[in-house]
Amino acid sequence: MTGTSEPAPDAPGPAVVGRGRLGRWRDQAVALGWLVVVWILLWGDINWANLVGGLLVGAAVLVFYPLPAVSFGGRLRPRALLVFAGRFAVELVSASLHVARIAVQPGYRPRGAIIAVRLRVSTDLNLALTAEAVSLVPGTLILEVDRDSGTLYLHVLDTHGPGDLDVARARTLAVERRIIRAVGSTSELRSLDVTSPEKGTRP
Amino acid sequence: MIATIADWLGAGCLVAGALLGLAAGIGVLRFPDALSRMHAATKPQVLGVLLLLLGIALRLRSPADVGMILLVAVFQLATAPVAAQMIGRAAYRSGRVDRSLLDADELAERAPGGGPAGPA
Repeated sequence: MTGTSEPAPDAPGPAVVGRGRLGRWRDQAVALGWLVVVWILLWGDINWANLVGGLLVGAAVLVFYPLPAVSFGGRLRPRALLVFAGRFAVELVSASLHVARIAVQPGYRPRGAIIAVRLRVSTDLNLALTAEAVSLVPGTLILEVDRDSGTLYLHVLDTHGPGDLDVARARTLAVERRIIRAVGSTSELRSLDVTSPEKGTRP
Repeated sequence: MIATIADWLGAGCLVAGALLGLAAGIGVLRFPDALSRMHAATKPQVLGVLLLLLGIALRLRSPADVGMILLVAVFQLATAPVAAQMIGRAAYRSGRVDRSLLDADELAERAPGGGPAGPA
């Protein structure tokens, strides 16, 4: 339930290949559509006044607070999306319980570590989605994002030595793999296969 | 019958969410440094809020309320990591990190020539 809400805003995004004028307009229209949906949900009632009001407010938001264009070159794969959502929910629950347990465990001082994880696909969208998903799961906290090299710097809670760091690294890359499988393009999927054996770990 | 089950499930979700919120509060008090505290402040709380919202949705059950609750959940999930990252980054950059508690720090090993140019 939780995971599906993540990539949803990009879901109806068309497969934009070139950043043409038409594609830009289409992105804007999709964004406007989502803003209208949010507006109607906020009022909790569908009628003409809300629809017109939503269109006006949405247009104003898009005009006055323009965002950099995020190109969505992939396509949605429902099964992979379900896998991602399911694993996300499982990790969310188990990690929440873990952090809650060490929070109340008497006399326990958790140690931590800061690790660098270099993602294999360094597009803005993948970086943002992976950072969001990793950050929502307890035990890992994003400290810094290097956008140029596509590197996430994470603080990992409750480590017991170098082995745990590798586990955390592998877990982050697994999250990235599931996201790319769910919403990535075919070329991104390929780059995942090419670089997976060497694990993409670099400080 | 179904209404009763939904009520009880909702009550269970509310209690579970409240307990997670309590654990988060205890964690903020007990964890040794700023970064570990951020884990407690942002994370069990995410699941806790989701459970609370689920519990409320199970008790209210009207489409308008569920839509609103869905919005709250989406915005909660979208904004919690951003806030956590900004605070964590500020804590790290202002040196509020207890290095005796760190097993590794690969952010410090980053080439200093690049500078802290990470755009959030």
